[in-house]
Amino acid sequence: MAQPDDYGFSEEASLIKDSARKFFKNNFSTDKLHRMVADNSDSSRAPESLWNKELWQQLLELGWTLLAVPESAEGLGLPAVAVAGLVEEAGRAAFPCPLLATLNATYVLAACGDSGNAALKEIAEGATATLALTNRTGSWRLQDTEVSATQRKLNGTAWFVQDARKVDRLLVCAKKDTGHSLYWVASDAPGITVHADRIVDLTRDQAHVEFLDVEAEEICEDGLKALEQAFPAIWTMLAADVIGAAEWQLQTTTEYARTRTQFERPLGFFQAVKHPLVDVMIQIDEAKSLVYNAACAIDHEPQRAAEYAHMAKASASETAAFASSRSVQFHGGIGYTWECFVQLYFKRQKHSQLLWGDAAWHRARLADIVLGKID
Amino acid sequence: MSDSASKDNPEQAEFRQHCRDWLCDNTPAEPSFRLPISALEIMTEEQLTYLKDWQKSAYDAGLVGCDYPVAYGGGGRTNCQRIANEEMHRAKTPYMPNIIGLGMAAPTLLQYGQEELKKHLLPRLFSGEDIWCQGFSEPGSGSDLASVQTFAQRDGDAWVINGHKVWTSLAHFAAWMIILLRTDKTQKHGGLSYFVVPISSALDQGVSVKPLIKMTGETGFNEVLFEDLEVDDGLRLGALGHGWQVATTTLLHERDAGELVTPRSGGMKNAATHNANTTNLIDLARKTQYNGKAAVEDPLLRDRIMRQLIRETALEENQRRTRVPALLEHPARLQLQNKLLRSEIAQETSALALEVAGASASLYLGDQNAPAAGQWPLAYMSTYGNTIAAGTSEVQRNILGERVLSLAKSK
Ligand SMILES: Cc1cc2nc3c(=O)[nH]c(=O)nc-3n(C[C@H](O)[C@H](O)[C@H](O)COP(=O)(O)OP(=O)(O)OC[C@H]3O[C@@H](n4cnc5c(N)ncnc54)[C@H](O)[C@@H]3O)c2cc1C
Repeated sequence: MAQPDDYGFSEEASLIKDSARKFFKNNFSTDKLHRMVADNSDSSRAPESLWNKELWQQLLELGWTLLAVPESAEGLGLPAVAVAGLVEEAGRAAFPCPLLATLNATYVLAACGDSGNAALKEIAEGATATLALTNRTGSWRLQDTEVSATQRKLNGTAWFVQDARKVDRLLVCAKKDTGHSLYWVASDAPGITVHADRIVDLTRDQAHVEFLDVEAEEICEDGLKALEQAFPAIWTMLAADVIGAAEWQLQTTTEYARTRTQFERPLGFFQAVKHPLVDVMIQIDEAKSLVYNAACAIDHEPQRAAEYAHMAKASASETAAFASSRSVQFHGGIGYTWECFVQLYFKRQKHSQLLWGDAAWHRARLADIVLGKID
Repeated sequence: MSDSASKDNPEQAEFRQHCRDWLCDNTPAEPSFRLPISALEIMTEEQLTYLKDWQKSAYDAGLVGCDYPVAYGGGGRTNCQRIANEEMHRAKTPYMPNIIGLGMAAPTLLQYGQEELKKHLLPRLFSGEDIWCQGFSEPGSGSDLASVQTFAQRDGDAWVINGHKVWTSLAHFAAWMIILLRTDKTQKHGGLSYFVVPISSALDQGVSVKPLIKMTGETGFNEVLFEDLEVDDGLRLGALGHGWQVATTTLLHERDAGELVTPRSGGMKNAATHNANTTNLIDLARKTQYNGKAAVEDPLLRDRIMRQLIRETALEENQRRTRVPALLEHPARLQLQNKLLRSEIAQETSALALEVAGASASLYLGDQNAPAAGQWPLAYMSTYGNTIAAGTSEVQRNILGERVLSLAKSK
C-alpha cells in the first residue's frame, strides 16, 4: 500500500486540530496550568494528581477519546493522522489528562480483534484507561512484564504506569505459562494498590501498580502480537505530543528573545541565541514531518509503520531534549525559577523524551529493521 | 512514504504518462568517460556536449520548462515540472548542464525581463543552447552581497561596466550572465540594478574569464573581469535601483524556495556520480570490515548511520509536508530550510562514510583499492561547496531567524 501524498490529512482532521488549538487557547492558558500544578514547590510534598476534571469532561463530550475507537465499537474510527493532530495540540497546551494513556489502550484493544470490542465500547462511552506492562527496570521490550496470570488471577507489579490515578481501567500485560495475555480490569478492583511515584513532571502522574490475586478478564490470548501491532501508534502519538510542546517552547523562547534587551539589543540579535533557536525550529520540523509520515503509515503502509514510528520517536526525543535545554538557558536567571513557565514544559519533555524508549533505543530498533539484527 | 503519482490531477497524470513513455525510449546510455558530481564541475567539452545533448532532447520532448508560457518556449502547463523531474529522476537520466539558467536566470527573466528579451533568450536557455552563469559574488562581497562594487556607468541608452566578479560557476562555457551591478554609489541596496550581459560573445571585448581551481582539484568556477563592457539598457531586469528586489527572486529559486519548480534531472548512478546519501553509506558499511566484523554490525556506527537515515527521511518528508498547508506553522518556514538541511545532512553523511571506510578513506579517485572508486572523499569535500555557495549555512540561519522567527537582524 502506498501513502497518499497529503498524509490523508483531511478537512475533518484539519478542523479537529484547529478546534483543539482554540479550545486550549480559550480555556487553558499556561498561567492556569502553572496555578494548577505548580502551586506547591515543596519537593517533599506527597505526590498529587492535579488536573481539571471538568475540562476533561468537556473534551469527552467533544468526542476526543472517540476518534481512534473503530466504528465497529461505536467510535469514529478516524485515521491516525487526525488523532496525531489533536495530540499535537494537547501537547502544545501540556494539558494534564489521560488522553495519551487512553489512546494507547485504544490502539492495543483495536489490535486485539473482536475480543477487544467490549472494552473499546466502554472507551467510546467515556471510560479512560492506561497500559500496565513495564517492569521495575523500565525495560521497553514488550515482553518484559513482571505481572503473572494464573487461573485468571493477576499477581505482581506493573511499573511506570502513566496517569494511573486518573484512569478508570487498566490494560495489563501478564505472563502465563502459554505466553503473554492482555487483561482488562477496573483500576479500583479488589487486590489492586496504586502506589503513586514522586515524579519530576508536574503535568502527569505515574504509579507502580500492585496486583494481589486480582480477578481480571482476559481479552487477548496473543498479547505480544497485539502490542507489537499497536506500538507504532503509541510511539507516534507521544512524538506528536512532544512536537506540540516543543513548538510552545520555541514560540515562548523566541518571544523572550524579541523583547528582552541586553547590551542595547534584543537577545535575538546575537547569533549565539539566534542560531540555536533556528536549530530548535529545524529539529521540530524534522520530527513533525516524521510524525505525520509515521501516522499515515499506520493506516496506509502498515508494513513500514514500526520503521517510521521509530524514526519519529527518535527524532522527537532529540527535539524534546534540545528545545528544553535552550528554552531554560535563553531565559537566563528567570528561566531557572519555579515561577517561570518554561520549567513546566522542560519537565514534561524530559519525561516524554524517555517514555516508551529514548532516541538511542529507537535508533537501535530501527537499525534492526533496516540493517538486520545483530547479537 | 508517499507515492506522489496517486495524487496527480488529470493533466498531471496524462503528462506523467507522456514522460514515462518518452523516457523509456530516450534515456541516454551512460557515457564512457567520467562525469563530475554536478554541472558546476563540468571541465571538458566532451562532458559538456554529452550533457547538452541530453538537455536538448529532454527539452524537445517537453520535459524542460513545462510550466513556462508557450510564447517563451515553455510547455504552457501548470504544476507539471515536478512531475517531469520525478520521472527523470526515476529513469536515472543524466543531470542538465544549464542549471544556473534553469534554476535562477529563467524565473528571474520571466518575472522581470522585457517581452522581446524573454522571447529571444528563454527558448535557448531551456534547450541548453545558451549556458548561463551568475555574477553576484565579488572579492569584497560574498555574504554581504548588497555591497557589490562592479559599476555600470550610464552612457545614453547604454551602460559601461567595469569590475570584478568571482566564484562564477560555468562562466567558462557561458553565453550569458545574470549580474548584480552598482548603478549608484551613494546608497547601498537602493544603488543596485540587475542586468543580463553577454559573456562568450564579448570575450576579449570587455570580458575576460579566468578559471579557478577548487580544493578537490576540479575546475568549474572562475573570475570574470569587466573592462569597459558596453551593454544596451534593454538588458536591464526590473527598474533602475531595484536590483536587490530582483536578486531576491533569483536567490529564492537558487535555494529551492521560489515559486517555479526548477527543471531538474539526474539519478544516473555510475562510478563517478556518487551521491552522499545513506543508501550508498549503508552499502559501504556492508562491504567494509570494522574491528573484525562488518561495519554494519558495529553498534555505535549503526546508531550514527540511523541518525543520518532519520534526517534524510525527514528532509524528504519536509518537502511533502510543504504541500499540506494545514500542517504548516508559517508559509516559508520549511522551504527556507531546504538548502541548509540538504547540504548539511550530505556533509554529515559523507563525513561518516569516511569514518566507516577507515584507513581506506585515504584512497582517492583513481586508486584501484579505494572503496567506491575513491568517490567518498570527493563527495565529502564537495559538500563544502554546498554549505558555502548560495548563501552560507550561517547566513541561512540568519535568514531563518529573522524572517521566520522575527528575531532582530544581525545585519
Ligand atoms: C562551489 C561554489 C560555487 C559558487 N558559484 C557562484 C556563482 O556561480 N556565482 C556567484 O555569484 N557566486 C558563487 N559562489 C560564491 C558564494 O556565493 C560565496 O562564496 C558565498 O556567498 C560566501 O561569500 P564569501 O565566499 O565571500 O565568504 P564570506 O562572506 O567572507 O564568509 C566567510 C565566513 O564568514 C561567515 N559569515 C559571513 N557573514 C556572516 C554573518 N553575517 N553572520 C555569520 N557568519 C557570517 C560565513 O558564513 C563564512 O563562514 C560560489 C561559491 C562556491 C563555494
